[in-house]
Amino acid sequence: MIDIQDIVKEFDGNIVLTGVTETIQRGEIFAIIGPSGQGKTTLLRILGLLLKPTSGRILFEEKSITHLSDSDPVRRRFGMVFQSPVAFKDSVYHNIALGLRYRGFSKEAIREKVLQKLDEIGLTGYENRKATTLSGGEKQRVSLARVMVTGPDVLILDEPTANLDPVSTEVIEDLIRHYNKNLGTTVILSTHDLMQGQRLADRVAVMMNGRFIQSGPIFDVFTRPCSEDVAKFIGISNVLSGKIIRKEEGMSVILVDGTEIHALAEDPVGTQVKIAIRPEEITLHTGPDRLSSARNILFGIVEAVRPFGIISLISVKSGDLVLSVQVTWQSIKELDLKPGVQVTLSFKAPSVHIMPDENSHAC
Amino acid sequence: MNDLLTGVQTAFELILAADPEVITITLTTLRITFSSVLIGTLISIPLGAAITFREFRGKKTLISIIQTLYALPTVIVGLLCYMVLSRSGPLGDLKWLFTPNGMIFGQTILIIPIMAGLTIAALQAIDPIITDTIRSLGATRLQFLKSHLREARFAIMAAVIVGFSRAISEVGTAIMIGGNIKGHTRVLTTAISLQTSMGNFNLSLALGIILLAIALIINLIMGFVQNR
Repeated sequence: MIDIQDIVKEFDGNIVLTGVTETIQRGEIFAIIGPSGQGKTTLLRILGLLLKPTSGRILFEEKSITHLSDSDPVRRRFGMVFQSPVAFKDSVYHNIALGLRYRGFSKEAIREKVLQKLDEIGLTGYENRKATTLSGGEKQRVSLARVMVTGPDVLILDEPTANLDPVSTEVIEDLIRHYNKNLGTTVILSTHDLMQGQRLADRVAVMMNGRFIQSGPIFDVFTRPCSEDVAKFIGISNVLSGKIIRKEEGMSVILVDGTEIHALAEDPVGTQVKIAIRPEEITLHTGPDRLSSARNILFGIVEAVRPFGIISLISVKSGDLVLSVQVTWQSIKELDLKPGVQVTLSFKAPSVHIMPDENSHAC
Repeated sequence: MNDLLTGVQTAFELILAADPEVITITLTTLRITFSSVLIGTLISIPLGAAITFREFRGKKTLISIIQTLYALPTVIVGLLCYMVLSRSGPLGDLKWLFTPNGMIFGQTILIIPIMAGLTIAALQAIDPIITDTIRSLGATRLQFLKSHLREARFAIMAAVIVGFSRAISEVGTAIMIGGNIKGHTRVLTTAISLQTSMGNFNLSLALGIILLAIALIINLIMGFVQNR
């Protein structure tokens, strides 16, 4: 539905987007994730037709929309919600009705549509309130209603919940899902919140240094990061360098910091690789003789315990290798885990994800 | 001190007795001031909007010049308008010198810079995200302007009040172009000036109180509208 072709954007000599290419399908929720300051907002402003790219093209239903005039009717098929909630100094009713007024709807039609939207966003009875007096979450719901009441084909949201509390965030996410599912609205959103990407998106793209370095179905990106940067961004804290030293029973044996690790790697012996192991895929136990089907069993000593709410990350040193392991707060108590305690780590060969050695290449 | 108290007392007596001269002066003042503010508003707001939303060379310089003209001395406007409106001047054929029309002309010129300047400031103060929202909702050029003016309406209303205050309180343009002709171009400020020089402090005070009362009422009305 939307073809983004090699979009470059420069501001006074600063290159913000270095060549973004992607195709967005009709009816999908596409999330752009990545750290702050990587060009997400700039790209969304270009897609929202508020900004023109320095070079590259955007096709919408096979027609270029890169250089639309201000009055082109195609603009009205796009809607945009911004990171900060927008409230005009007017009643809630007027705020939601604005886009319909622009489109010349009759008073009665506007009334019907606005009241329906108020109901959907759970603000029935708020029509005469001053929009500026609403809470941040309520304002953002009004901002979403103001766009959705015009029935756009494409809804663009730039970090729509970045300034909101968790309860308001959930309301907004439910509404986005509702509109996508029931109205078939194509949704493009950016977020620095990985979990939000996972909760909402059909497909994600990871944006770093002004381009997409990986994109695909959400499961693929989160389980098979293509580079160290992506792996670190999606929360895999164990990213290590190693070399394939031999093949054994259809598996590769990789030497990492002096320790041999079994993994499913296709690359030939002698290849330098990066490996990533999710902290939650490593099992930790204290008894020495635990039966395990895991191919990788390492013995080590607890170095540090870092609490993260009900889950803690524990650093374990095994020889020269240091791994982070995710353990519940309950287990820490039961196993009396503290620095100096001897532990056994086990993880399966398929849990070891192999990436090319060089970083930051697009994939 | 006693003089002042007697003065205030006499002033109220004059007002309550509906002194015909006081009434004529007040009505002339209101007519001239409201006309200048109306014409000034019709010119300043579109002018301010055009300067804010158009990109052109020298835009910053132009805004600086407009801001400098906030302090335009009334006697200079009076002098320039006198030269323009006098028989040999470019607009001499209008025969507006020493007429209420001439005074409206002068006061309009006097208040345009401050009203246009404050309109520009009001529009520039709008959060850029409001502008983005208006654009992304698919506003036409005219709808874009209307929505911005609506969003800035309270600040623009303040600009109108400031223009009104400057017009009703100035004396230089009124006396130089109007000539302070009794029953014709005499307004509150020129009358106060004349009566004071003649030693008629009671009448001057009465006229001063009326002037302040008008300003107060206008501000109360505007305040009421803003709060609604």
